[in-house]
Amino acid sequence: MKFRIQTGAVSILLFLRLSGLALAQEGEPYIHDPSTIMLCDGKYYTFGTGGGGLISEDGWIWHRGAERPGGGVAPDVIHIGDRYYMTYAKGGGGLAGGHASNVYVMWTKTLDPKSPDFGFKDETIVASSNGKEDCDAIDSAFLLDPTDGRLWLSYGTYFGFIRLIELDPETGKRMPGNEAVDIAIDCEATAMMYRDGWYYLLATHGTCCDGPNSTYNIRVGRSRKVTGPYVDNMGIPMLKGGGKLVAAAHGPLIGAGHFGLLDLGDGVQKFSCHYEADLRKSGLSVLSIQPLLWKDGWPVAGENFREGTYQIRSERSGYALELVVDFVRLPHKRRWFRRQDNTPIEPVSQQVLADVIDGWPAGDIEVRLGDFMVRPHQKWDITPVDSVGGYPGSPYFKITIAGTDRALAATADYEVVTVPAFTDAPEQLWRIDQLIDGTYRIMPKAVPDSTEPLVLTAVGARTPTLARFNPESDNSRWDFKAQ
Amino acid sequence: MKLFRNILMPVLCLLVLMFQNGYTASDGTVESTATSDAGISLAPYFTPATSSPKVPDTEGFIQRWLLLEPINKPNRTNTVFTDSYLRDAFYTGYFPDQFTTVPSNGDKVMVAEQELQWHALDATGFNVKLFRFASGLNKQKYGVLFWAVTVVNSPREMKNIRMAVGSNSGSMWWLNGNEAVLLTGDRRMVMDDFVSKRLTLKKGRNIIRGAVINGPGMSDFCVRFIDENGDPIRDLTISFEK
Repeated sequence: MKFRIQTGAVSILLFLRLSGLALAQEGEPYIHDPSTIMLCDGKYYTFGTGGGGLISEDGWIWHRGAERPGGGVAPDVIHIGDRYYMTYAKGGGGLAGGHASNVYVMWTKTLDPKSPDFGFKDETIVASSNGKEDCDAIDSAFLLDPTDGRLWLSYGTYFGFIRLIELDPETGKRMPGNEAVDIAIDCEATAMMYRDGWYYLLATHGTCCDGPNSTYNIRVGRSRKVTGPYVDNMGIPMLKGGGKLVAAAHGPLIGAGHFGLLDLGDGVQKFSCHYEADLRKSGLSVLSIQPLLWKDGWPVAGENFREGTYQIRSERSGYALELVVDFVRLPHKRRWFRRQDNTPIEPVSQQVLADVIDGWPAGDIEVRLGDFMVRPHQKWDITPVDSVGGYPGSPYFKITIAGTDRALAATADYEVVTVPAFTDAPEQLWRIDQLIDGTYRIMPKAVPDSTEPLVLTAVGARTPTLARFNPESDNSRWDFKAQ
Repeated sequence: MKLFRNILMPVLCLLVLMFQNGYTASDGTVESTATSDAGISLAPYFTPATSSPKVPDTEGFIQRWLLLEPINKPNRTNTVFTDSYLRDAFYTGYFPDQFTTVPSNGDKVMVAEQELQWHALDATGFNVKLFRFASGLNKQKYGVLFWAVTVVNSPREMKNIRMAVGSNSGSMWWLNGNEAVLLTGDRRMVMDDFVSKRLTLKKGRNIIRGAVINGPGMSDFCVRFIDENGDPIRDLTISFEK
């Protein structure tokens, strides 16, 4: 019985890996209503309902340990100058029957609870609801307007309106005389961002807190003014329930909520949220980090890279990454379609690895970009690697010629090569980030004898190399075609 | 006996009146809903409907309705609002002529132990905030089922129009006695959330009837008609004159 159970467990794990399911954050990614993720002194922090939060060294493996006072619900964080401002709410949400609530803001010099500079100060109430008015003051979130430096805070939930107030970025306190503006209805967990002349209001719709039956989903509207009106892609105002879908349930992850922007620069944007239930993890509420794409001026959830067998194609030239080996022709008897030929129509067999591998060198083999011909020397298995860490949203991957252990590696002279066997070395581990246009940036974890952040780049039409990432150029962009 | 009749009985009755509309919220607290004329206020969400016909607002939303005070329908959660549950709830008979009546302002019906009154009101916004209707009348706000009726007068026959509805939470809507649209699941206010199949408005008088159910949420609905292009139909009048 024990053997059968163990075999079954192994079979399930194998199925999950081979079927290319979305990978879950590692460690203890259990949190509800996560704040925007903050980078502080080289570590990532996120805070959740009830107090506390998670810390990660790399954005992939998370553990408990973040601290904040106050309890309450749905905090958010922003870094301005030398301060980390934190907001959270207490009292409302329909919990304990009421909608009377206060929104608090406080600040600390660091988020590291082990630092002597850690300690929240100047807690102040910036917004309230009296339990009867058309608002329940919870789920607060910051926006620092990059155009003018003004600081805003949205808040509210399914009881009445989402409201917007202005804070002083020097102190975190409510601006004197500021009146709240109603900007949406019947949603919660709002967040705001700015891009290219538009203000975006992200909001969570649907039902929270019902495990795998939660219908929670993240939607968005936009406005030319921070105070609205916010409308969706169909022109439906968020004050009338509008919102274009950004993220929802997929695979084993149910109930997306509480959007937080994680801008990593250079055209790499991600967002954090929680899923109400990860069906692989006892249906617990988990932190998720996914790519953020932009399509026609609207944010859309991307997907973290999934393992599989791929063509790796340069956006610059359209040519595919391949080994520098002799092209082996497929045997084929030419057949003229114009002549009468009663020979039966039959398939031509694809070339397989066994047909060509004996002709390949045994040691390192260089790579180039070539016409993709669906040949073995052009197909790559991309597989997550355990126990080597990762980056926000994903583990590191190895990139090997399909069916072999021959692995793509960075070299000390800033080039790329394949080595006969994968060894876990950092230069053989690859970070694959989806860019905002849906293409990818491919980056080694490390380049031998260098600290420069270099990425896989096409120089000319057919030469891959490592170089600094240029977000304005297709040289550094790649696409993956499943094989 | 005299003590009981003169003192204890009235006290007991008062206590019953104080708690007869009480609703036990999900945390077990009981909300006091003592009826008091001094506490009745539907502003700024509603004004009394007048005898003058009303037209839909600039986006076609119908704001004039006869609303029945909420029927007690306890539900701790809206997750039960499957299609089957809603059909059963909405086709249950709660009061006489439920599916045919066009009541007048002030008419009363008995629903089990509850005496409920119809109110002719104009919503001030695009949506009819039933939660504020109930709370303004010091009635129960949660665990409720509302009925709504209105009469839409059309200058001509209009074919291929659709009824577009948003509601919090589940609801069902009829046009001239025929089921038009069901809003299923735990819904919240989204304009044009569910839209009916193609319908015909008769020349003259058309009756819209709706039922909205909610457990712990903020009950609400909005209704308008849209044409084949999705544009609102505004050349209608709403009047309860018989």
